[in-house]
Amino acid sequence: MSDVTLNAATANAEAAPRTAPVATTGAAAWLRANLFSSWINTAVTLALGYLVVRWTMGFIDWAFVNAIWTVPMNGNVPDTAACREIRGTGACWAVIEEKHRFILFGTYPYEEHWRPLLVCALFIGLYIVSAMRRFWNWVLVPIWIVTLTVIGVLMWGGVLGLSYVPQERWGGLPITLILSTFGLAFAFPLAILVALGRRSRLPAIKMLCVLYVELVRGVPLISLLFMASVMFPLFLPEGMNIDKLLRAQVAITLFAGAYLAEVVRAGLQTLPRGQYEAAEALGLSYWQKTGFIILPQALRLVIPPLVNTFIGFFKDTSLVLIIGIFDLLTAGKTAIVEPAWQGFGVEVYVFVGAIYLVFCFAMSKYSQDLERDLNQHRRR
Amino acid sequence: MSSSTLDPRLSKAGPPRRPIRLSWSDERLRGIVWQVLVVGVVGVIFYWLWSNTVHNLEVRRIATGFGFLDREAGLPIGETLIDYDPTDTYRRALMVGVLNTLKVAVVGVVLATILGTLVGIARLSQNWLLSKIAGVYVELIRDLPLLLQLLFWYTILQSLPPPRQALNPVDGVFLSNRGLLLPFIEWLPAHSWALVALVAGLIGTFLYSKAMRARQYADGQPRKIWPAALGLMVGLPLLVWIAYGAPFTPDVPALRGFNFRGGIAMTPEYFALLLGLVTYTAGFIAEIVRAGILAVNQGQWEAAQALGMRRGDILKRIVLPQALRVIVPPMTSQYLNLTKNSSLAVAIGYQDIVSIANTTLNQTGQAIEGIAIIMLVYLTISLSISLFMNWYNAKIALVER
Repeated sequence: MSDVTLNAATANAEAAPRTAPVATTGAAAWLRANLFSSWINTAVTLALGYLVVRWTMGFIDWAFVNAIWTVPMNGNVPDTAACREIRGTGACWAVIEEKHRFILFGTYPYEEHWRPLLVCALFIGLYIVSAMRRFWNWVLVPIWIVTLTVIGVLMWGGVLGLSYVPQERWGGLPITLILSTFGLAFAFPLAILVALGRRSRLPAIKMLCVLYVELVRGVPLISLLFMASVMFPLFLPEGMNIDKLLRAQVAITLFAGAYLAEVVRAGLQTLPRGQYEAAEALGLSYWQKTGFIILPQALRLVIPPLVNTFIGFFKDTSLVLIIGIFDLLTAGKTAIVEPAWQGFGVEVYVFVGAIYLVFCFAMSKYSQDLERDLNQHRRR
Repeated sequence: MSSSTLDPRLSKAGPPRRPIRLSWSDERLRGIVWQVLVVGVVGVIFYWLWSNTVHNLEVRRIATGFGFLDREAGLPIGETLIDYDPTDTYRRALMVGVLNTLKVAVVGVVLATILGTLVGIARLSQNWLLSKIAGVYVELIRDLPLLLQLLFWYTILQSLPPPRQALNPVDGVFLSNRGLLLPFIEWLPAHSWALVALVAGLIGTFLYSKAMRARQYADGQPRKIWPAALGLMVGLPLLVWIAYGAPFTPDVPALRGFNFRGGIAMTPEYFALLLGLVTYTAGFIAEIVRAGILAVNQGQWEAAQALGMRRGDILKRIVLPQALRVIVPPMTSQYLNLTKNSSLAVAIGYQDIVSIANTTLNQTGQAIEGIAIIMLVYLTISLSISLFMNWYNAKIALVER
């Protein structure tokens, strides 16, 4: 029956020719829908477009057109007069050209720079392998242990014909990567234990875990770092002293552990109760239940927020600047202390920022893709 | 019906308690053993650290205790909210630090909420360019360490021209390497009373709208609230101000000699810290707001439209109350983060509690007390914010049967 009415309607419409409908595909339609759909939208688009073009042109002028890439050497001191003349209108990338080795590797012996470089490459390789889903099982544990050991050997040396480099001379990007990666490697197991403890039925254990998590999350990382640098020496027996980097590493690990524990706990809570009950019904012990049934599922659920926590944590390692550890940011800040380069902070911070940006952006893109893939079944 | 026939699952008491057996297969016994073990190990570790500390303090002849608080501080502080002089005590200096922390945290939370909400809504805009710009802003700001951003802003502020050649973007606003100066009005009692009237008006509006809503529930007739609200919140303060003779003397900053006089001044340190904290936190808040709005099911919009509600009403009565439920808990942690991140002030020389406590512990050698003070202050602030936000969250939470 409906066919008949439909035909009738079509027949009626054919009687009076209509104008062609407004196109809904193609570039013009896209522009109309997304940029010029109403007069207010048009105004916004034009104003923003003007600002974007102006600022982009200004940035290109500053960063490329007016920029100075090298400066002549005046004996041992670089002659930065040319750079000072164009302050404000052009960038002085010569500071990067001169100082990039120092910013990246700190005071590590110059002829041995291939070692920290290799270490950075190893770290990046480790991240890539960990990000691949086919390795998401127990294989990752030996891979991490082996890689971190190799990294330790490369940095310290003293074996296999490598010269020994004391920890005081390490610096730059490797320190940032070491602090964040080692911190993560130790904080993650700690976080799992604390998260399990916080969900435990045993009151004393639960209380300890709650106390730890809430105390650490209630204070800023800086206070923990101060504690590590000022109070830690008081905690240890007389004569025993551990170096500054390790102390900072402990503070960062404790800090990250508390935050990661909350993420893991969220995963434990989202898991349906039936999973716990089914595992118990099978007669599995607590650790069997946790290791084989609960954790594999719960961790998978919280991978995207875990990656976001890692990003925050990677950025937070820059706070060691305040207690004087030579990470990437500290190296950048120190590079412009030299009188010849004073006042070129913006260029150095842009360079250091670009390095952080590459790492964080890669992680954040990865987390977004992962979230989409893992939630595929939830979308309509 | 006797109690024995009741469904056992409904009884709260659970299965009858068995006596504890001395066997590893008894779950309760195992639980007790584990707890004793863990608490014991933690206790031993803490005792070991404690005894080391006591020994070390003895060896180094450091007296413990908070007696140093009453000694003369002798540390100069650039900007203070209360009267302070280097001859005052450490207690006073630390108070100044706490107030400076609160000053940047409170202003930062308000500004970051406003900016973050705007950016979050902009990201959902129909305008492609606007949403892309907001997206790039969020991505860029969240992928750079806050400390780097603070140092960057501070470097830029320091490289501004001196006061004599200060930038003057808008009339009365000056930006130089001495900081930002904004025009203000000369503050008189009339203004204070007008402010009091405004607060009274706010309370009055709240009570009035509550009463009107109660009457709407009784007879179903919606009542207009805005005329009374306008009168109470705008009219009342204006009346008070006029009653005092409507004084208005603008206090515009002006160059006198080598520096500015008048107006409100923001030091470069405070301005850089505020700018960094606000833009950074706003990036995170924008994502929370966006996720909150997206979390409201499209069907809610459609159902409300089917009821004939207008767009503004839908947003106010249907979408926002539901979105807030998703937004408030993560927003709490952003406020806490902003407050804790304000401790980075020490890197650019703004004298907040961390900076002053750090100087104190360097001057007096009271490391443990100094760090304890920092932690105590932040724990108190964190707890207060979470208590308030939990109360607010409970208020707007879904009432389920």
